[in-house]
Amino acid sequence: MLTQDLHTVLPELILAIYALLALLFAVYTGKDNATNALTWATAGLMVALALWIGMGESGTNTAFGGLFIDDAFARFAKVTILLSTAAVLVISQDYMARQGLGRFEYPLLITLATIGMMAMVSSGDIMSLYMGLELQSLALYVVASIQHDSAKSTEAGLKYFVLGALSSGLLLYGASLVYGFSGTTSFAGILSTVQHGVPVGLLFGLVFMLSGLAFKISAAPFHMWTPDVYEGAPTPVTAFFATAPKVAAMVLIARLVHDAFGGITAQWSQVLAALSVVSMFVGAVAAIGQKDIKRLMAYSSIAHMGFALMGLAAGTAYGVQAMLIYMAIYVTMNVGTFAFVMSLEMGGKPVTDITLLNNFSKREPLKALAVLVLMFSLAGVPPMLGFFGKFYVLKAAVDAGMSWLAVAGVVASVIGAFYYLRIVFYMYFGAEQPGAEAKMAPVQWLALMAVALIMLAAVVNFFGLEPAAQAAAGALVG
Amino acid sequence: MNNLLSIVIFIPAVAAVILALFLRGNDPAAQRNAKWLALFASSLSFLVSLLVLKGFDPANTGFQFVEDHPWVMGLHYKMGVDGISILFFMLTTFLMPITIAACWNVETRVKDYMIAFLLLETLMLGVFTALDLFLFYLFFEAGLIPMFLIIGIWGGINRIYASFKFFLYTFLGSVLMLVAMVAMYHAAGTTDIPTLLTFKFSHDPIVVLGLNVAGGLQTLLFLAFFASFAVKMPMWPVHTWLPDAHVQAPTAGSVVLAAILLKMGGYGFLRFSMPMFPVAAHLWTPVVFWMSAIAIVYTSLVALVQQDMKKLVAYSSVAHMGYVTLGIFSMNSQGVDGAIFQMLSHGFISGAMFLCVGVIYDRMHTREISAYGGIINRMPAYALVFMFFTMANVGLPGTSGFVGEFLVLMGAFQADTWVAAVATSGVILSAAYGLWLYRRVVFGALVKESLKTITDMTRRERAIFAPLIVMTLLLGVYPKVVTDIIDPSVGALITQFRADVPAEAQAAAATTAPASN
Repeated sequence: MLTQDLHTVLPELILAIYALLALLFAVYTGKDNATNALTWATAGLMVALALWIGMGESGTNTAFGGLFIDDAFARFAKVTILLSTAAVLVISQDYMARQGLGRFEYPLLITLATIGMMAMVSSGDIMSLYMGLELQSLALYVVASIQHDSAKSTEAGLKYFVLGALSSGLLLYGASLVYGFSGTTSFAGILSTVQHGVPVGLLFGLVFMLSGLAFKISAAPFHMWTPDVYEGAPTPVTAFFATAPKVAAMVLIARLVHDAFGGITAQWSQVLAALSVVSMFVGAVAAIGQKDIKRLMAYSSIAHMGFALMGLAAGTAYGVQAMLIYMAIYVTMNVGTFAFVMSLEMGGKPVTDITLLNNFSKREPLKALAVLVLMFSLAGVPPMLGFFGKFYVLKAAVDAGMSWLAVAGVVASVIGAFYYLRIVFYMYFGAEQPGAEAKMAPVQWLALMAVALIMLAAVVNFFGLEPAAQAAAGALVG
Repeated sequence: MNNLLSIVIFIPAVAAVILALFLRGNDPAAQRNAKWLALFASSLSFLVSLLVLKGFDPANTGFQFVEDHPWVMGLHYKMGVDGISILFFMLTTFLMPITIAACWNVETRVKDYMIAFLLLETLMLGVFTALDLFLFYLFFEAGLIPMFLIIGIWGGINRIYASFKFFLYTFLGSVLMLVAMVAMYHAAGTTDIPTLLTFKFSHDPIVVLGLNVAGGLQTLLFLAFFASFAVKMPMWPVHTWLPDAHVQAPTAGSVVLAAILLKMGGYGFLRFSMPMFPVAAHLWTPVVFWMSAIAIVYTSLVALVQQDMKKLVAYSSVAHMGYVTLGIFSMNSQGVDGAIFQMLSHGFISGAMFLCVGVIYDRMHTREISAYGGIINRMPAYALVFMFFTMANVGLPGTSGFVGEFLVLMGAFQADTWVAAVATSGVILSAAYGLWLYRRVVFGALVKESLKTITDMTRRERAIFAPLIVMTLLLGVYPKVVTDIIDPSVGALITQFRADVPAEAQAAAATTAPASN
C-alpha cells in the first residue's frame, strides 16, 4: 500500500529530495558559487519531470487515503507549472547574477514552492490543500524579500506575508466551517454531503474558502497586494509570481468547486462570475494610469485572472478546459513579456518605467516586433494566440447561458487594449530621446522570440494543447 | 488549382516575411529593393487574381473556388468567393499595387511600411473570402494592427490620438460581434458561413433585462453585428473616428482606408446581417434608412465647411457610404446592385481623391485649402485629373459614381419615398462641396508665392492615376461588367430574404411602398 502511495507521489518526492540534497550541498560547499549550476540543474530536473508526468501515467490514482489525487487534470496543471517555473528560472539567472542576487537559496526556494504547488493541484482533501498552499506561500514570502538590502523588496515581502496570512486565515476559517457542517475534510465526503441539501453554514464556508483562494490568484476585490508586490520584488521574482502560482491557485479553485462542491454549481458559479467581472474591470481600468511596467503587468494579470474565472464560472467541463487553455496561454505570454522586462536597463541599472521605451523600435527592431506581438496577444487581438484563449472562455460562458458575462468581458478587454497599445505606442511612435536598452542574455532572447513565434504560429496549430486540456477537464468534471 | 484563392491571399504575406527576414540595412538601395519587392508581390497577386475572375461563373450563385481544411478548435480554414465577394476581392488586388506605387516617396522606415501594407493586403483579402465565421473575424480584426501602425508611425502631427481612436473605436465595435458569433456558434452548432446562410435563427420575442425584444435572438445578433459594421462603414453617428484617422494617416494609408477597409462594413451587411438575420434586418430597416439619410445630408453639410482637404474628402466618404447602407437595406435588386456598385466605384474614386490630395501635399506639405489657389497655371495635367475625379465624386453621368448613386436612389425610392427624397438632396450638396473645393484649389489667380514654383505631376504619378481613370470611365459607360457578375448572387440573396421575412411584415412593407416590385 505504502509503496503504491509513494509511487503515485514520486515526482513530488524526487523534487523534495533534490531540494534537500541541493540545500545540504550548497551549504557545505562554496555557497553562492554554485548558484548558476543549481539554477540550471533545477530547471533541467523540472523539465524532465514535466516530460515524465506528461508522457507517463494515465488514468486516476489516489494516494494516502484520498489526500492526494493524481489524474489527468492534476497532470496538466503540473506540466504547466513545472515548465513555466523552469522557464522563469533560466531567464532570471542572468538578471540575478548581474544584480548581485545570485543566492543559492533562490532556485531552492522556488523548488520548494513548486512542490507546494504540485501538492495543491493534486489535493483531495482540505488538509492537503492547506499544506500545499502553505508550503508554496511560505517559500514565496521569502523569495519576495530576497533582495533584503532594498527597502522596496522587503516591503513587498512583508506586505505579501501579512496579506497572505490574512487570506490563509480566511481560508482556514472557511475550511473549519465546511468541516463543521459536513463532518469531513475530504472532498469526496463533502461532495456526498452537499448532494443531500446544502446547509447555510457550508455555503459560508465555501465563500470564505473562495475568498482566501481569490487572494492567491489576485482576483479583485482581493487584489490590493498585487501591484505593490509586483513592483517591489526583483523582476525575476515578479515573473515567477505572475506565472506558476497563479496556475496552481486557479487549478485549486477548479478542483475545490468541482470535486467538493460539484453538486451545487449554481451556488458558486455566481460568486466566481462576480469575481470575474470585477477583476476584468479593475484590471483594465486601473492599469491605464500606470507608468511602471511591473505594476502594469500586475493589473494585466488581474484582468487575465478575471477571464480565466469566466471559464470556471461557466461550471461546465468545457469551461474547465477553457480555463486550462487560458492559463497555459497566459503563462506563456508572461514568460515572454518578463524575459523582456528583465532585460530592460539604462546605464547598467534595471528600469521599469514605460516612458523609457520611447522609440525602442529604432534601437532594437526585432525585439520591439516580438514585444509588439506579445502586447497584441495580451490584448486578445487576433491572429495572436491570446485571442484564442479569450475565445475559449467566451464560448464557455455563452454555452453556459452567461452571455452577459461574455459581453462584460469583451468590453473590459477593449478598455484593457488601451494600455497594451500604449506600450506599442512608446516603442513605435515615441519621440527621439535616449531610453532603455534591452541587454539580453541568449536564453532571455530565446524565450522572448520563442514566445512571440508561438503567439503567431498558433494560428495554424495548437500543438496538442487542446486534446490535453480536454482530457484534463474530462478527468475533473466528466 | 483549387487553392488559387489562398495563393492570391498569401503572396503578399510571403513577400512581407521575406522582407522582414532577409532584407537588411536601411540605405537607399535597400529601400528601393523593399519598394520593388512590395510592388512586385502585390502586382503578382493581382495577376493571379485575374485567373480567379476568369474562372468565375456568375450564373452559379453558390461559393466557388472553395478550399476547406480543418483548423483549430473545430473551426475550418474555409475560403471561397461568390458574386458578392469576388468584386471586392478584385478591387483589393487591383488597388494595392497602386497604393504601394503611391508611397514611393516615403523615406522613413520604408521596409516596415511595405511590410505593413503587404500584411494588410493579405488580411483584407482574407476578410472578403473567409467562409468560416471566426476566420472572418480573425482577418477582420487583425487588419486593425497594421492600420494602427501605419497611422501611428507614418501619420501626421496628431497621429497618436487618431491611431488610438481608430483602434479602440473599431475594436469596441467588433468585440460585440465576437460575442454574437459565439452565440451563433452555440445556436447553430457550426461556424460554416454557407451553412449559416441557410440556418434560421430564432426570431421569437424574448425578454432581456425586462425589455421585450421583438425579433428575439435575431435582433440581438443583428445589433451586435450592426455595432461592428456601422462603425467600420462608418455610419452616422459613429463616423467620428474616420475624419481623424484619414487626416492623420499617410496618403497611401488613407487610400486603403477609404477604398477598401470601409467596404468591409458594407460587405458584412450583405454577407451576414441581411441573409442571416432577415427578420431583424427588416425590423430595423426604417432606422437604418433614416440614419443613412441623415448621414448623407449632415456629413455633406459638414464637408462644405472644412478647411482641410483630406477632412473634406473623408466627410464626403461618409456621405457616400450613406448611399451604400441605403441601397443595401432597401433590399430590392436595384438597391443592392447599386450599393455594391457604389462601393466599387467609391473604391476607385475616393482612392483617387486622396491621391489627388497627396500629390499637392507632397509638394507643399499642407492640406489647408486656403494655402492653394490657381494651381491650374502651373499644373494643368493635375487640374485635369483632379477635375475628372471631382466630377466622378459628384456623380456626373458617364462616371461610375453616377451609376451607383442612381441605382441606389431608384431602389430606395421603391422602398421609402421620403428617405429617397432626402437622400437625393445629398447629390446637390456633394456637387456644392466638390466644385467649391475644386474652385478654391485649382482656379483663381496664382498669387501665393510658394505656389509659383510648384511642378506638375511626374510620370509615376500619371501612371498611378491612369488605371483609376480607366476603371471609373469603364464602369460609368458600361456598368454591365459589374452587374453581370453580381446580379445572380444578389437575386438569390433577395429571394431568400423575402422568403425569410414573415408574410405580415411584408404586407406592412407593401403598404408603405406601393411601388415595390
